[in-house]
Amino acid sequence: MSKFRKKGGKGLQTINTSSLPDIVFMLLFFFMVATTMRETEVQVKVKVPEATEVKKLEKKSLVSYIYIGRPVANVARMYGSEPLIQLNDKLVSDEGIPYATIQDFVLFEREKLTEADKNKMVMSMRIDENISMGKVDDVKQALRRAKSLIINYSARKEYRDQGRQR
Amino acid sequence: MARSTPEVNGGSLADIAFLLLIFFLVTTTMDTDTGITRLLPPEPEEDQITDVKVNKRNVLVVLLNRSDLLMVGGEVMDRLALKDKTMEFFTNPLNKDNLPVMEETEIQFPPGSSSLLTPDGMWRGKVSKGVISLQNDRTTTYGAYLQVQNELVAAVNTLRNDFCRLYFDKEYDELNTANPIEEEIQAGIRKRYKMNISESDPKTIGGRN
Repeated sequence: MSKFRKKGGKGLQTINTSSLPDIVFMLLFFFMVATTMRETEVQVKVKVPEATEVKKLEKKSLVSYIYIGRPVANVARMYGSEPLIQLNDKLVSDEGIPYATIQDFVLFEREKLTEADKNKMVMSMRIDENISMGKVDDVKQALRRAKSLIINYSARKEYRDQGRQR
Repeated sequence: MARSTPEVNGGSLADIAFLLLIFFLVTTTMDTDTGITRLLPPEPEEDQITDVKVNKRNVLVVLLNRSDLLMVGGEVMDRLALKDKTMEFFTNPLNKDNLPVMEETEIQFPPGSSSLLTPDGMWRGKVSKGVISLQNDRTTTYGAYLQVQNELVAAVNTLRNDFCRLYFDKEYDELNTANPIEEEIQAGIRKRYKMNISESDPKTIGGRN
């Protein structure tokens, strides 16, 4: 009988949790460093195309975003399912070609930058791959008029196998 | 005499840290922005003559119609063949009559940066005068358009990279622009192979909409 006595009677063993805060803090710092704040709520569905020659956008402060895509479900109830343009966090609801709205947007964003950075502003075009170019061309023409000439076609990195790439 | 300081209860520290962790998990995103950076042509001035005469052999017309079919220089082409075609167009290796004029050019690189240059860093050779004219229809899908842009950019990047590897034993992408010498090298290579891709004003191509 004495062989089996050890099992019972001693009560529950507690796990030492004194290093748990350290582990969690470590995780916390990792996420604080590796992530960026979510600034805008995207109200259009955007699945950017793939490309091989993509580069990272370096200075986030110089970047403004233009989204083009079909609206998400709850926005579609208000605006219909036709493709819409979203400038940073503002949905453009104008009919036709929103030259004036984009011009105002460019001026507003440019005002936020320092004098030296004003002509380095980058427009990141996050456009769904199934959108027709007509809408994109309109936006591009509007950007040309607003003299915001550096644009970045947002794309995911595509890895091609060696055979296709030669 | 010595009074022992009361110990702080650290039991809830983990809870606080978890709370912060979850806050950061929810409010932040991890995606880094990647994409192809291009320069739009400036809006032409009112009095500027827009009809610039360009020698026909110096232009490669890349058309993307409304069914996303690609036509390059008058022939239908697969997207994957476009890169080689573009590279041939920008280098004209066999000096053909129907490919762009190569112009004798001098480009200044930092002195002594490469043994293949003259001691004062001068590169002499032929630079293409070619321009690619990319035209798309209003109903072309953006995905197809970007794929074509990507192939054109890939062609120029490959040429620049080959040049950089040959002369400076380095990848073009690895040149550090914060370093003035490497910045000058990069500027020189940009002159050697120009990213001459012009986008025409939008119009309708390939039938009515």
